[in-house]
Amino acid sequence: MKIMVCIKQVPAKDSTLRLTEDSTWIREQDLSYEINEPDAYALEEALRLKEKHGGEVVVCSVGPDRVQQVIREALAKGADRAIHLVADGGSRLDSYPAARLMAEAVRREGFDLICTGLQSDDLGFAQTGVVLAELLGLPHATIIMEVQAEDGRLKVKRELEGGWFQWVQMPLPALLTIQSGINKLRYATLKGIKQAKSKEIRRVIATELGLKAEELAGRQKLHRVYVPVKTKQTEFIDGSPKEAAAKLVEKLQRDARVL
Amino acid sequence: MEPQSTQSHTEQSHTNEDWQAIREAVGKLCRDFPDAYWREVDKQEKYPQEFVDQLTASGYLAALIPEEYGGAGLGIAEASIILEEINRSGGNAVACHAQMYIMGTLLRHGSEEQKRRYLPPIAQGDLRLQAFAVTEPNAGSETTRIETRAVRKGDSYVINGQKIFISRVKQSDLMMLLARTTPYDELTDKTRGLSVFLVDMRNIKGNLEVQPLDLMINHHTSTLFFDDVEIPADSLIGEEGKGFRYIIDGWNAERILIAAEAIGDGRWFVERAARYARERVVFGRPIGVNQGVQFPIAQAYAHIEAANLMRFEAAAKFERREKCGAEANMAKLLASEAAWEAANACLTTYGGYGFARDYDVERKFRETRLFSVAPVSNNLVLAFLGHNVLGMPKSY
Ligand SMILES: Cc1cc2nc3c(=O)[nH]c(=O)nc-3n(C[C@H](O)[C@H](O)[C@H](O)COP(=O)(O)OP(=O)(O)OC[C@H]3O[C@@H](n4cnc5c(N)ncnc54)[C@H](O)[C@@H]3O)c2cc1C
Repeated sequence: MKIMVCIKQVPAKDSTLRLTEDSTWIREQDLSYEINEPDAYALEEALRLKEKHGGEVVVCSVGPDRVQQVIREALAKGADRAIHLVADGGSRLDSYPAARLMAEAVRREGFDLICTGLQSDDLGFAQTGVVLAELLGLPHATIIMEVQAEDGRLKVKRELEGGWFQWVQMPLPALLTIQSGINKLRYATLKGIKQAKSKEIRRVIATELGLKAEELAGRQKLHRVYVPVKTKQTEFIDGSPKEAAAKLVEKLQRDARVL
Repeated sequence: MEPQSTQSHTEQSHTNEDWQAIREAVGKLCRDFPDAYWREVDKQEKYPQEFVDQLTASGYLAALIPEEYGGAGLGIAEASIILEEINRSGGNAVACHAQMYIMGTLLRHGSEEQKRRYLPPIAQGDLRLQAFAVTEPNAGSETTRIETRAVRKGDSYVINGQKIFISRVKQSDLMMLLARTTPYDELTDKTRGLSVFLVDMRNIKGNLEVQPLDLMINHHTSTLFFDDVEIPADSLIGEEGKGFRYIIDGWNAERILIAAEAIGDGRWFVERAARYARERVVFGRPIGVNQGVQFPIAQAYAHIEAANLMRFEAAAKFERREKCGAEANMAKLLASEAAWEAANACLTTYGGYGFARDYDVERKFRETRLFSVAPVSNNLVLAFLGHNVLGMPKSY
């Protein structure tokens, strides 16, 4: 099976987040970066499918030179080669241009399966995968928690709300957006890190793909980013100890969602 | 001012992509073994088996084993970064660092047959070689005074004697042993007469008693009693009588790796201390506002960065196969002192909370103190520098 995994480099979870002066994004010079979490699960799933069915895993990432960090990590974990679509804007690049770039770059590769993360940890649009599927004319399924591949077809388990799941059958080629927690992530091995150096990273710039600037223009505009204001509120629960306890449990479940 | 990342400045001049990739990968693995894990193994004096298994499975402890024997074939700088990152993340690489470097004696001085037999399973993690028995009750710093005897009898050596402070014996299949093959009085050159053996502890003939020592750190160190322990003659590494030279050959690598662990500890202390100093409010302002709190942390940071430069200098010389005894020893000296300085600054910054186990400072404080004593006391490092580098009279 020839599989492509789209991986995005996003600000690391433990980064200090400070806003830019015009409050439209976070200050990039303060950030360290890491692989978007659902994408790491997508990569793991692809590697497992390859181990089971044979084939090739190719990772693709859109962004400036720094995204090579996540590309190398993916190669160290076992991906066979990579495509780096050079683009400024990095994590601010919205879904459509990112998907458009990837679609043009891989159209002729003929992948059997494309896996993306369900959504990105920074912008959280959950759009790139589905837009890419549309641009490539592929069937897609989202929020995937299990993948079975048999006789050129897929059986996939989608996560619905409230603890419900749905099994879907679909033909290949196809695109899946993978949910975090679908599998257990492997660690990069020391030998893998060493071998990654000799694996191919194809660098592609937008103009080589015959795309015009306006075709890559963002379709969304971020007007304002702000830090949520923390408030403290004290609430007294009345009633007998038994009633009060029941109310408290309900509040913890419903409102605070900690139970 | 907002905090700068504590990512060091000196580091950047040394960084190449591989090093960064190794740091990140080890860091990720360590994130799955958070403070609470290390606190718990420390409290229960348990060996951190789950962590070591994971590290082994990902091949990190085989960093220095050449590729032809199934290892990663990397250099000492890369190996040191792995250990540094473990300590920097709050863990304790001491639990498994020796699996990385004890095999060096086998690699440099063992026969091809011995290397083919042992190195591939060591690289795979199927065989554990992480015990090196040198120290004795009557011979600590003065290694050439060891008394444990190995006497050749036909196809075997018979060993009698006692060793002390031998780490990870119970977590090893093989043990490297330094024993006397010629009595001290019969020698003109006192650095001769010692030999190195690779003892397979899975099938020991005779009686090897292992008595765990109760220490201030979770270290799994034992006293060993050899009572007519018989090992095959082909357990001898290299030539009889040259054992002391062989182990000295391994010291530089060990010193560089220990320095890196101390640097990792130092960075952990500085990071925690700086964070706490920013956040803890006393008299209506963060304690870090006070230079009495701030300066010791900054001072320790500067010393750690200086030690770090010496460690990479030693590593570079080691890789170029140049003499690096002075640099490797200085790196260990400077790093262990800087880490201890950082430990004290951190403990002071935390006030009473520094003593509370839940904050991990007291654990790391105990752990990092070891590096100025073992595997060699900093006094002996100074004695070495004074004599070998500065040409002053020999004091040891
Ligand atoms: C946790 C732990 C783990 C260990 N693991 C191992 C192991 O796996 N294998 C192993 O073989 N050993 C191990 N050791 C032993 C360690 O290497 C020795 O403790 C160390 O070399 C010092 O020897 P000693 O304790 O006998 O001290 P001594 O040699 O008795 O020295 C005591 C003090 O006197 C000082 N001193 C002695 N002579 C001089 C001099 N000429 N000039 C100035 N000062 C001097 C020393 O520096 C030291 O401060 C371990 C020790 C510990 C604590």
